[in-house]
Amino acid sequence: MNLFREAFAWLFAPEQQVGADAVLVRLGEHLLYTAIAVVISAVIAIPIGYWIGHTGRGKQVAVACSGAARALPSLGLLTILTLLVGVGDAVLAATVVFVVLGVPAVLAGAYAGVESVDPDVVDAARAMGMTEWQILLRVEAPIGLGLLLGGLRSATLQIVATAVLAAYVGLGGLGIYIIRGIAIRAYEQMLGGALVIVVLALVLDGVFALATWLITRARRTPVRPGDLGGPGPAETAAGTAQDQTSRSPAAATEGSS
Amino acid sequence: MTWVGANIAQVWNLSVLHLWLSVQPIVIGFVIAVPLGLVAWRYRWLRGGLLSVIGLLYTIPSLALFVLLPPVIGISVLADANLVIALSIYAVALMTRFAADAFAAVDPVVRRSAVAIGYSSWRRFWAVDLPLAGPALLAGLRVVAVSTVSLVTVGILVGIDSLGLLFTDGLQRGILAEIATGIVMTVVIALVLDLVIALAGRLLMPWARRPPRRRRWLPWRSSRTSARGATAAEVAE
Repeated sequence: MNLFREAFAWLFAPEQQVGADAVLVRLGEHLLYTAIAVVISAVIAIPIGYWIGHTGRGKQVAVACSGAARALPSLGLLTILTLLVGVGDAVLAATVVFVVLGVPAVLAGAYAGVESVDPDVVDAARAMGMTEWQILLRVEAPIGLGLLLGGLRSATLQIVATAVLAAYVGLGGLGIYIIRGIAIRAYEQMLGGALVIVVLALVLDGVFALATWLITRARRTPVRPGDLGGPGPAETAAGTAQDQTSRSPAAATEGSS
Repeated sequence: MTWVGANIAQVWNLSVLHLWLSVQPIVIGFVIAVPLGLVAWRYRWLRGGLLSVIGLLYTIPSLALFVLLPPVIGISVLADANLVIALSIYAVALMTRFAADAFAAVDPVVRRSAVAIGYSSWRRFWAVDLPLAGPALLAGLRVVAVSTVSLVTVGILVGIDSLGLLFTDGLQRGILAEIATGIVMTVVIALVLDLVIALAGRLLMPWARRPPRRRRWLPWRSSRTSARGATAAEVAE
């Protein structure tokens, strides 16, 4: 545990508070890379995901793509792209890698959210005279928001984790303390960096958890009387959104007639 | 391609090492996660807390975990055990939720029938819960396997050899073919493991292959739970 004391001593030493290598500067770099990549991923993936969820087409392709993306080693992708574009443009290579990792998660969240909407509710909206755009934006998107947030959450955490590797191709970020610490055998620096990274990941996860809780809180409905076999499979936003939308058979027939 | 030809022995050795480093955490993770998932499903009050704590483990970035773990458990950063234990933690973190969902998706009517004809809870687990949750457990295990194989490569940044060596070495020496070989072999190992698990499932659980029977009782219950379980599994990644 001595190592941890040294790590904290390193972390709070004056050298880590000022200059281009200060912890806060590295944290800022890390957050900037993450934010840019998450925004690009969302801009690409949300429209496609909504289209897949709304039309029901192309889901097989999306599932296959996310499976393939999971198998791709991020470090390999990062190094090969850096080599291709040159170390000077490593930012570009890294951003591409982050987006490649972020898109499948956001895509899955977007289409799962739209898909989770009870078809009877969509039929009811259509029967009321809503256009397809209105159905998507006013019915499916709000109901599926919880699952979309879940997708954004895993994309963000994935990108934060991969941004740690960016230091290896000279991009800074919080990973620099680990990469440099290994090179100069300074364990307190590695450990200090690792601790900051973990705290950052936990805080971001907490922010998403809070956001999810806030948007699902208003929709929470009591457990259905038929649910006797233990808790439901997904007591997340998926469960609450679905429970909320599944009405009695009477309401359903009313909607589709 | 000349690089591959000249270094085929090294690529082979690293691939075997990589496979071995991947299989250990996958197996350890599965063995630990299934009972945890069962507990999370069985004791409702535990579920939320257990799954959130385990989920938090998954948020820790891998490179940070490789650095944090050694001083906590008292091993060297360079030890293979560091990588195996860290990746087992991730495997447990992913798999426990899949397992809890898999057990929850078992049709409660079937479970109650087993109780009604006098199955003890021990026998019911082996004869009813496990076989019916099996296909979903295996689907979860395939996700775990593929992501573990790709995570093994990160170990090279703290000095644990695997196919990741081809990435760092290839970048430093500027050999594109070396990195490409590393990526291809990592994906190949992931696909092979995925295939092996899928085949094992077909052999061990022939009932999962059969086309679904026409369900005359409570059709909404089984279809709804399985659909929700699937979306939860997709989103979890």
